[in-house]
Amino acid sequence: MSPVLAGVLQLLALIAALALAYRPLGDYMARVYSSDEHLRVEKWIYKGIGANPNTEMRWPAYLRGVLAFSAVSVLFLYLLQRVQGRLPGSLGFSSIDPDQAFNTAASFVSNTNWQSYYGEQAMGHVVQTGGLAVQNFLSAAVGIAVAVALVRGFARSRTGELGNFWADMVRGVIRILLPLSVIAAMVLVACGAIQNFSGIHSVGQFMGGSQQWNGGAVASQEAIKELGTNGGGYFNANSAHPFENPNAFSNLFEIFLILLIPFALTRTFGRMVGSLRQGYAILATMATIWVGFICLMWWTEFAHHGPAFEIAGGAMEGKETRFGIGASSIFSISTTLTSTGAVDSFHSSNTGLGGGLNLLGMQLGEIAPGGVGSGLYGMLIMAIIAVFIAGLMVGRTPEYLGKKIGTSQIKFAACYILITPALVLIFTAAAMALPTPGHSMTNSGAHGFSEILYAYTSGANNNGSAFAGLNADTQWFNTTIGIVMLLGRFLPMVFVLALAGSLAEQKPVPATAGTLRTEKPLFTGLLVGAILIITGLTYFPALALGPLAEGLAS
Amino acid sequence: MNNSVTNTARLLWAGLRALLVLTVVTGILYPLAITGVAQGLFPGKANGSEIKADGKVVGSSLIGQAYNLPLKQGQETPEPDLKWFQGRPQNGLGTNSANTQYKLILSGATNRSGDNAELIRWVKDAKAAVIKDNSTADYKVKASDVPADAVTSSGSGLDPDISPEYADIQVHRIAETNGLSVAQVQKLVDEHTDGRVLGFMGEPTVNVLELNIALKELVAKS
Repeated sequence: MSPVLAGVLQLLALIAALALAYRPLGDYMARVYSSDEHLRVEKWIYKGIGANPNTEMRWPAYLRGVLAFSAVSVLFLYLLQRVQGRLPGSLGFSSIDPDQAFNTAASFVSNTNWQSYYGEQAMGHVVQTGGLAVQNFLSAAVGIAVAVALVRGFARSRTGELGNFWADMVRGVIRILLPLSVIAAMVLVACGAIQNFSGIHSVGQFMGGSQQWNGGAVASQEAIKELGTNGGGYFNANSAHPFENPNAFSNLFEIFLILLIPFALTRTFGRMVGSLRQGYAILATMATIWVGFICLMWWTEFAHHGPAFEIAGGAMEGKETRFGIGASSIFSISTTLTSTGAVDSFHSSNTGLGGGLNLLGMQLGEIAPGGVGSGLYGMLIMAIIAVFIAGLMVGRTPEYLGKKIGTSQIKFAACYILITPALVLIFTAAAMALPTPGHSMTNSGAHGFSEILYAYTSGANNNGSAFAGLNADTQWFNTTIGIVMLLGRFLPMVFVLALAGSLAEQKPVPATAGTLRTEKPLFTGLLVGAILIITGLTYFPALALGPLAEGLAS
Repeated sequence: MNNSVTNTARLLWAGLRALLVLTVVTGILYPLAITGVAQGLFPGKANGSEIKADGKVVGSSLIGQAYNLPLKQGQETPEPDLKWFQGRPQNGLGTNSANTQYKLILSGATNRSGDNAELIRWVKDAKAAVIKDNSTADYKVKASDVPADAVTSSGSGLDPDISPEYADIQVHRIAETNGLSVAQVQKLVDEHTDGRVLGFMGEPTVNVLELNIALKELVAKS
């Protein structure tokens, strides 16, 4: 069997598995966020928080909950790293410096998981398992909560109420992420991912002497790392490390975990707005872009243009033998089209155009299918823009899901889509203009520029993957990327929740003959086009200087 | 004003309590439960898939090793020990820069782009070395026989596997350096070649450590 055919079969198997899980999981999540019942364990948690889960919140209150919880999380995670040197169970590792501790705290709370530290030599058990992995659950649950609030904004009318943040967040953890993680972690251990709390120990070697390893709760963290589209590796090599991703089955399983919730949320959305077909239209948009990108990635990676790859006879630099080019391409597209950023191969050693696809995937706003929650709300914002464009063409006030898209709605949507590009381009320009940040590059020329463009694209879109030749552990990069990650996560949430509040207050407009049918394939086509054109116009100059220049030269 | 300060403080206090409660659930109970079950059901795997030869642990079947001769005086990079099957280059491994009381294995990739001068040199040198080392009196390795994995570093730097093609071109050399017949060594490689998982996942692999352990046994027997 040729590697290309094996790649196609793996993609088909992945699609089949996702399709099987789509209905039950999507419907289950809709029930979780619509139910009036509280589990006993949830009641204990609400008592611990001191919050009444039945209080309905308007959008400012919901937003305050998101921001307060996240602010406390950043501070706590920062302090935990700062005192690591004095904590037991930390393998004797020293405390993390202030700039790196800030960067890492901002990174994990914003669901980015950008890592300027070297996992296996910097973070002990307490910080990894009791700090970083905890945020893998919580930041994911916050993302889903905000998406659900937006969906309620469409589903409800003549009220400004969007639900209760504490209840949504806690349910996301207890009823969705935790049970799925338990199953996923056990599958990963069965494949060979490690799960222990042993200290640093020596293991014999074939040629004599010994090698030093650290143990850790790797499988349990790996499970939620993928499931919550987080991406922060226990080890530096992330999911390329055999202890995180032991074989070709675990590899495909991890890709499945990354995509599971983001795709299924479109079903949840359809259920909650009362039209499954609206959910399918969103799903079709996401799936079209995702499959298209994978095919393009295969094309460029199997063709392996680039001097070093041509001499080698294949683009295997930075790739593991057990995965090969086919599966590595599926992983790298799935991780950059969601907000995951886990890697099973190193993107900096992709072909020029392959690295460009990774960049472009993030620049689309990570909406195909996107991060848990953030993918759905990002895609719904694009749907509003697409409906607006269609409305301009025919001269009608646009509506979506029975809600008028008026001046204030389109302002919120426009602000949302401007924030990330502004962050990416301004900070990339600043880093290129200043004398010192460029010293962090490993590669020169177009690829060196791509390293910096990739870093801010990854940070602002909360992805976390890297062109890792860039030495990002400097005060400049730790500080600016830290700020970019926080602004790139929470400013868009402000506009999403404001939009949700304004939609929930409206009364529904009945569909007429002139209403754009947003559940039809025509709309999916319009939406795909709008996404590609808007992203293309925004980023083309920057992409031309980096990956396009590199890819077309080879 | 006073009211909003109180409200903010109350909200942050609620946030902190939520964080602490959920940390207990997801950062303590969850990993401990998984560890308990994993250690009960899959102790070997949960502790790193260690493998033994002659009753001694010689590494993990998941972690690639170097099979080099000891460094000679004045040498900076060790030479490969041609008696053993060689794995992939490991140019991306890190060196301890923090917590230097340890000498940990630090996983990593080279992160070099396809047009990077250093990578081009590494690949060229590796290819020349693979051709030279594996050619014997009656077996010449052609440049087109050398698969890409033989001259590139993996993503982790710890790739435990090589492609069957890379194992195949090492067979003649291994037979010669160990005084075995080519057929014996080829049989060994074939026995240690794993196809794709379920026939279509990933790529075919040969685990280098397992292969070398079997080779050692074969040499001892003959």
